[in-house]
Amino acid sequence: MDVTEAERALLAALADGLPLHPRPFAALGETLGLSEGETLAALRGLQARGVVRRFGVVVRHHELGYRANAMVVWDVPDGMVEAAGRALAAAPGVTLCYRRPRRPPAWPYNLFCMIHGRDRAAVLRALDWAAEAAGLREVPREVLFSGRRFKQRGAVFGPAPAEEVAWTSSTAAS
Amino acid sequence: MDELDRRIVNALQGGFPVCERPFAAAAEGLGIDEATLLARLAALRAEGVLSRFGPLWKAEGLGGAVTLAAMAVPTERFEAVAALVNAHPEVAHNYERDHRLNMWFVLATESAAAIAVTIRAIEAETGLAVLNMPREAEYHVGLRLEA
Repeated sequence: MDVTEAERALLAALADGLPLHPRPFAALGETLGLSEGETLAALRGLQARGVVRRFGVVVRHHELGYRANAMVVWDVPDGMVEAAGRALAAAPGVTLCYRRPRRPPAWPYNLFCMIHGRDRAAVLRALDWAAEAAGLREVPREVLFSGRRFKQRGAVFGPAPAEEVAWTSSTAAS
Repeated sequence: MDELDRRIVNALQGGFPVCERPFAAAAEGLGIDEATLLARLAALRAEGVLSRFGPLWKAEGLGGAVTLAAMAVPTERFEAVAALVNAHPEVAHNYERDHRLNMWFVLATESAAAIAVTIRAIEAETGLAVLNMPREAEYHVGLRLEA
């Protein structure tokens, strides 16, 4: 999908988020020489085309008390992965859920999710519940708790893409 | 954070209207006024509970690409390899994880071709294989973390 230069400029202007102003889209447009109506129309267009997923707040998990996270990976038979992924994504504590390619022999897992909890025990409890809910109790899995985080940068596009935001906000230091 | 802060965080994680007075609309849903909501959001941002208030978008929608990559790094080389990997501006973030594949990083590039170029460069610099695991499907997470 094509994104115009004007739309790119608008997204870049949103890099730090919306101004906390009663008319935030008017304030935003003013910096770009756009009217409030033009700004709203451009953002709705980006939303309709799926470039912008949603507007909302990006929370820092750690500040909310979610201090532990794990990447949990599963080797799910191909015919089951769609249903299992949907069920996992709906489970409490699961903050991301993706299907990715297996890379045998080093990596047999094709379903990935992130689980957040207040501590490691809470992550494991959430995992237990999620595995049951998704019918994945008997499916081979591994739990990779995160250790050190080495890098977090601003994104190439100005603002961070959604996937990146979710990953960056998942660590203790973020 | 008090009860109202928690309600605000929980309500706005899911979405925010794109209209002339979005804070007024969101405030109405919470049973408070616009000025109160703006003041609370400013305080939550100052405390660091909220990092950003605005749109989330797909890198692919802007012509870019994102992938998850992993390496099995010998323990004694971990710091040195991390420095080599992190020197690439395409590396968005990089986590140590407790597994034989112990280094996991996200690459975000301005084009799909640049992912392969960056991975080849990292393999050449480190002498280690990089497993590239791009997203094939995303399952929508309905519930966010409860404040």
